[in-house]
Amino acid sequence: MAHTVSINVNGAAYKREVEPRLLLAHFIRDEIGLTGTNVGCDTSQCGACTVLMDGVAVKSCTVLAVQADGSSITTIEGLASDGKLHPVQEAFWEKHGLQCGFCTPGMIITVVDLLKNNPHPTDEEIRHGLEGNLCRCTGYQNIVEAVKHAAKAMPAAEALPEAMHEPAHA
Amino acid sequence: MSKYVGASIKRREDPRFIQGQGKYVANVQMPNMAYLAIKRSPYAHATIKSINTKKAAALPGVIAVFTGQDLIDGGVGKLPCGWVVPDCKVPTRWPLTVDKVRHVGDGVACVVAEDRYITEDAVNLIDVSYDSLPATVDARKTTESGAPLVHEDIPNNISYPWALGNKEAMEKGFAEAEHVVELELINQRLIPTAMEPRAAVAQWNAPTEEMTLWTTSQNPHIIRLLLSAFTLGIPENKLRIISPDVGGGFGSKIFHYPEEIIVPWVARKINRPVKWVATRSESSMTDSQGRDHVTIARMALKKDGTITGIHVKTWANMGGYLSTIAPLIPTAIYITLLSGLYKVEGIYGEMWGTLTNTVPVDAYRGAGRPEAAYLLERLVDVAARDLGMDPLDIRRKNLIPKEAFPYQTPVAFMYDSGDYHRLFDKAVEMADYKKMREEQEKARKDGRVVGIGIVGCIEASGPAPSAVAGSLGFALGPWESGVLRVHPSGKVSLLTGSHAHGQGHETTFAQVVADELGINIDDVEVVHGDTALLPFGMGTYGSRSAAVGGSAIVYAARKIRAKAIKIAAHQLEAAEEDMVYDQAAGKIHVKGSPDKAKAFGEVAFAAYTAHNLPSGLEPGLEESAFYDPANFTFPNSAHIAQVEIDPETGQVEIQRYVAVDDVGKVINPLVVDGQVVGGIVQGVGQALWEHGIYDENGQLVTGTLMDYAIPKASDFPMIETSRVETPSPHNPLGVKGAGEMGTIAATAVVSNAVLDALAPFGVRHIDMPLTPEKVWRAIQAAKRN
Repeated sequence: MAHTVSINVNGAAYKREVEPRLLLAHFIRDEIGLTGTNVGCDTSQCGACTVLMDGVAVKSCTVLAVQADGSSITTIEGLASDGKLHPVQEAFWEKHGLQCGFCTPGMIITVVDLLKNNPHPTDEEIRHGLEGNLCRCTGYQNIVEAVKHAAKAMPAAEALPEAMHEPAHA
Repeated sequence: MSKYVGASIKRREDPRFIQGQGKYVANVQMPNMAYLAIKRSPYAHATIKSINTKKAAALPGVIAVFTGQDLIDGGVGKLPCGWVVPDCKVPTRWPLTVDKVRHVGDGVACVVAEDRYITEDAVNLIDVSYDSLPATVDARKTTESGAPLVHEDIPNNISYPWALGNKEAMEKGFAEAEHVVELELINQRLIPTAMEPRAAVAQWNAPTEEMTLWTTSQNPHIIRLLLSAFTLGIPENKLRIISPDVGGGFGSKIFHYPEEIIVPWVARKINRPVKWVATRSESSMTDSQGRDHVTIARMALKKDGTITGIHVKTWANMGGYLSTIAPLIPTAIYITLLSGLYKVEGIYGEMWGTLTNTVPVDAYRGAGRPEAAYLLERLVDVAARDLGMDPLDIRRKNLIPKEAFPYQTPVAFMYDSGDYHRLFDKAVEMADYKKMREEQEKARKDGRVVGIGIVGCIEASGPAPSAVAGSLGFALGPWESGVLRVHPSGKVSLLTGSHAHGQGHETTFAQVVADELGINIDDVEVVHGDTALLPFGMGTYGSRSAAVGGSAIVYAARKIRAKAIKIAAHQLEAAEEDMVYDQAAGKIHVKGSPDKAKAFGEVAFAAYTAHNLPSGLEPGLEESAFYDPANFTFPNSAHIAQVEIDPETGQVEIQRYVAVDDVGKVINPLVVDGQVVGGIVQGVGQALWEHGIYDENGQLVTGTLMDYAIPKASDFPMIETSRVETPSPHNPLGVKGAGEMGTIAATAVVSNAVLDALAPFGVRHIDMPLTPEKVWRAIQAAKRN
């Protein structure tokens, strides 16, 4: 019944025996112990659990751990490198793009993906790009400001965290 | 003197959140932890015939299964209601129900197991046999004869009646009226939907008989008191409640919930740490919900638009039980707000708190005040239309003039300060209201459906003088505590009874302390949310933290200053009255001799070495203050919105939104704007999309985020904010509160804008949410006629 999966998370390789029904979100939180990836709903609406899977933003509650076998995952904990915040993290801080902070990890990861695909988005493109992530506190306005701030601050090459440039897992 | 207060300082709490290091309850993990899940009723109203737990208990990995009776036999108490108005019948509520279920999601049993997935499997194996009963869901119809009784001992499903105002003056106002407007309004049920689902983790220390409970609460001390005195029976000094980072509350995390009793009870029973985390669906059917009023509202006016009377009758749906402070919401912070920003002598409101087979209703962002603002601002708009007046002019005509403050309304409140004309002037100027109307005229000629809404709203914040709250039904007193612990090195720990769950207290409170003591903000650490570390505190709700919690901090700081002056005077061999506490320099010096000075850090160190203190002065530098507010504060606002409707689809687009708010003095503009904009978006959610719908069987039809539509980023333009500042005269910071004003005004202004757009179709009123379907149907009906 249990399956062995090898998943690279933030540059480190993890090999675990998991039930086929285990969600990637729970794998990250409970098996690896990285609790920055929050779970805010059970129908894949809220986006709080968004992570990068092989460089693409996915809602980790909608992926089974067995589906992620062999892939490389970046969570919010893996964005900063050498004690330096990712420009998107900086921008959320600078522009007051968060209040309670619960949606923030998923929101930041989504923005990293958004700016990778569209380094200079318009307001409308930003708002459209954030549709899969719900925030109940900020009214989104300062998140939009943060995305614009990050876009200005960030040369396109910086969009992906370092871990994502490495080959998938061991 | 203000180095920090008034400045847009970046939040000091953010680094942990943006790096995924938020300490939410669901992240608490410990060795040997077990997981708990709750078996919930699929019926809204049913008698429990039997509960068979055998199969569930036999599942490998299951540690134990408990029913409501097990908990009662094990000593749990009933959940109390903490706000009881006169003649209030409080229904019996157990942590897990035993006789019958009263709403979908009512808990009947719980499972504790080795892992979360097993608990879910086991819950499905619990076999509950029900006799289903007819359900009652409507706030008003539930009082009619023949409606099923939610609690057999509460006739007509009426928990309590309440009324306030001067009935004679109201009747006189209507007798003198030249025009009367009447509206029947439904203020729909809302589901708060904080992004973090509720959670609880309990750890029992058997040898010391100490319990630690991590819970997603806005007020951990109140939860500790209720657990200790009513529901769990563990003494307060053996019970530690920690509400670490909480992922949004909006009121829904004020209340004492069954899981806060069940989880520690089970942890003690099995002598292992136990964790429960709600799913979103579980939150939707168990977190106390908001609004749900049926109202008949009437307004009497002269032909020139002068309001002479307001009469309101409301049936407020309380759900299946009375939640912790539920009776407060539609009484003392609803009917008391019916004067709005207007000078009206004849106001009378009456209401009935009713029981139904729905999830309990309690405070949700705004809580009572948005319901009052909505009905008042709808009445004023309809009156303006009937009388052929501009909605701006009729409002200006009735505004309370600034000379009238403090202003006594006929519905109990004494407004502290305000300049409502300036508020409107500013909003009108920012929006260029005149031009907006001209463009609307043009657009209408082109066949476009464009509407403009304008509202002025009042809020009562910072509740409240404890004696007043007590007289209105509160079992506690809503004062607040603050402790300043100055360490020997001069660094400061600020312990506050307020609780932050997004509001930014770790920044704003530090700004206040740093200014009061003349120290660097980096030398202040803010501690909150842990009953083991703090004096008793009342927590955060009702936009009270700055006004009440902030004031406590100011008074504690002033005590620190007084003691610091004594120490410095003694050491400099000067008289106390000759000392100057120079906050800009962070020094205490002799008047006229700035060089004869002691730095704050030197005084702190001297206080702890105690080698050379004035005779009789205690060592140490730590002070506390318990602040009981003299009055509520009264934030107020003028908001203007413009919408355009696609007549083919009924889709509403918000094109502009201008908000001018008076929240009193502002500690941190960045944080205040964040609160205002966040509040506005939440309020627009009610106006346009959100609706907690129960069908006639009491099924919650909108129980997931697939069906319950909270606002998305793409639904909004950039909101334009500005402020008018009239300081509150009765607290030392002059602050009023910023957390709820946006929500209160937004629902009304967007509704008014949509209905203004529909005016050419002859549409007088549609109940919220103003969804594309409802708007489209209204347009089609108008076209047919």
